Amino acid sequence: MPKFDSQAIRQGDRLALSRALTMVENNTPESREVLAALFPFTGSAHLVGVTGAPGCGKSTLVNQLVKYLRNADQSNPNPKVAIIAVDPTSPFTGGALLGDRIRMRDLAGDEGIFIRSMASRGALGGLAHQTASFVTVLDGAGFDLIIIETVGAGQAEVDIASLAHTVIVVEAPGMGDDIQAIKAGILEIADIIVVNKADRPGANNTARALQVMLGMAQGGNRAFRGKHILDSNQLPSTAEQPDEVAWEPPVHLITATEGKGIPDLVESLHRHAEYLRSSQLWQKKEALRLRRDLEALIRDMLVRQWRQELDENKFETVLMDVIQRKFSPIEAAELLL
Amino acid sequence: MPDKKIRVLIAKPGLDGHDRGAKVIARALRDFGMEVIYTGLRQTPEMIAEAALQEDVDVVGLSILSGAHNVLVPAVIEKLREYGLEDVIIFVGGIIPKPDIRSLKDLGVYAVYGPGTNTQTVASDIQHALTPPHD
Repeated sequence: MPKFDSQAIRQGDRLALSRALTMVENNTPESREVLAALFPFTGSAHLVGVTGAPGCGKSTLVNQLVKYLRNADQSNPNPKVAIIAVDPTSPFTGGALLGDRIRMRDLAGDEGIFIRSMASRGALGGLAHQTASFVTVLDGAGFDLIIIETVGAGQAEVDIASLAHTVIVVEAPGMGDDIQAIKAGILEIADIIVVNKADRPGANNTARALQVMLGMAQGGNRAFRGKHILDSNQLPSTAEQPDEVAWEPPVHLITATEGKGIPDLVESLHRHAEYLRSSQLWQKKEALRLRRDLEALIRDMLVRQWRQELDENKFETVLMDVIQRKFSPIEAAELLL
Repeated sequence: MPDKKIRVLIAKPGLDGHDRGAKVIARALRDFGMEVIYTGLRQTPEMIAEAALQEDVDVVGLSILSGAHNVLVPAVIEKLREYGLEDVIIFVGGIIPKPDIRSLKDLGVYAVYGPGTNTQTVASDIQHALTPPHD
C-alpha cells in the first residue's frame, strides 16, 4: 500500500486520489490522516444529489448533465466535476454490482471528470456510511462540483438531503398517480424535480401532478423552501424575514437519452446555488451537516470505546438472561453500560 | 476496523457485442462477496484503464469473444502500466486458442478462462492471487 500524499492529491494526481478514497472507504488507519489533511481545503464545492427510483434514469441524466457542464455551459466554464455513484450491496453475500458507469461512457477520457462507484455496504438511507467522507476528499482535492448519485431510492431514503446543497429528484412517467406525489418522502427533499423520459406518454400528466402538489405546498409553511433539512427550532421564522423569497422547486421535463432539456436544468442548478448563497442557507446547511457529522463520529467513538472495555462474558450472561425473559432489553442495556 | 472488499472491474474491450459471459461472471463474483464494476460494451483500452484507475480495483477481468485478444490485451496492459497500475491482477475470459494462452500469460495475464469454466474457480483464483504477500 503506497503512502498517502495530500500534496499529490491537491495537485491533481488521480492515482493518489483514488487510493485515498479506497483508504477512506475501507476505514483503514491512514484514512484519518487523509481526512484531516484535506479537511482544511473543503467547503467550496457545490454538492449536488441526484436521487429517484431504480431505472428512472439517474445515471443517464448525470451523464448528460456533466457532459453539458464540461463542454457547453457558458456561465461557469470548465468546472472540475466528481461523481460518486452509489449502488446497493447485497445483504446476503456482501457483494455488489456497480453498473452506473455503463451510462456514463460519454464522460470517459476527460481529465476534468472523476467518477467513482461506491457500494452501499449495509447503509440504508440511499448512501454508504463513507459517502460524506468521499465528499470531503473530493472537495479537498479541488473539485468544483460533486455529484452524488444515490442508490435507486423508493420513498424514504432521504440521507442525501442532509449531505447535498441541491437535491435533484428524478421521476419518470407511469410511476403512480397524484397520491404518490403528495406522500411524505423523497419529493419533500427536492430542490429541483426532473420528469425524465419525457418522450414517453403520460410525461406531461406526471409533470402537472407534481406541479399541483408543489402549489399546495407553497400555500403551507412547510417544506419546498430549501429549508427542509433544518431542524424546526433552527428555522428562520418567516416573521423575521418577511421579504425572503421562498425557493420554488422547478419541474423540468427531460429526455436524458437525447440530452433534451438539460440546459434549463443547468440554469436551475446555478440559480439554486445562487439562492442558497444569497439567503445564507448555504452556510446554515453546512453548519448543520458538520454538526450531524460530529455527533455521528462521537457516537461511533463511544460505541467503539464501550466495545473495547466490554466484558464479553458478562455480555453473554446478560444476553442469556434476556433470552430467558429475566430482564427486558432495556434493563439489560442499562446493566451493561 | 478496516473493512476491505475485493474490487473487480469487468470490461469488454473491442467491438464484439456479446456480453452474456461478462454479465454471468459479474453476477457470480458479486455472489462471492466482491464489489464488481461493470462498464458495458465496446470499451477502448484507455476507457478500461481509466475506469480501473478511478475505481482503484484489485482485479481487471477482460471478456473478449472477437478474436482480437492478441491486440487488445497488450493494449490494455500497456495503458494500465502507464497509469501506474502495475499490481492489478488481470484475467481474460472468452474464446482464446491454446497457443495464445501462453503468450497472454507471458504478458502478465494471471489466468485465461474458456467456455464452461466454473465461476467458483474464477472466484477462488482471485482470492488466491490477492492473498499476501501481494496485498
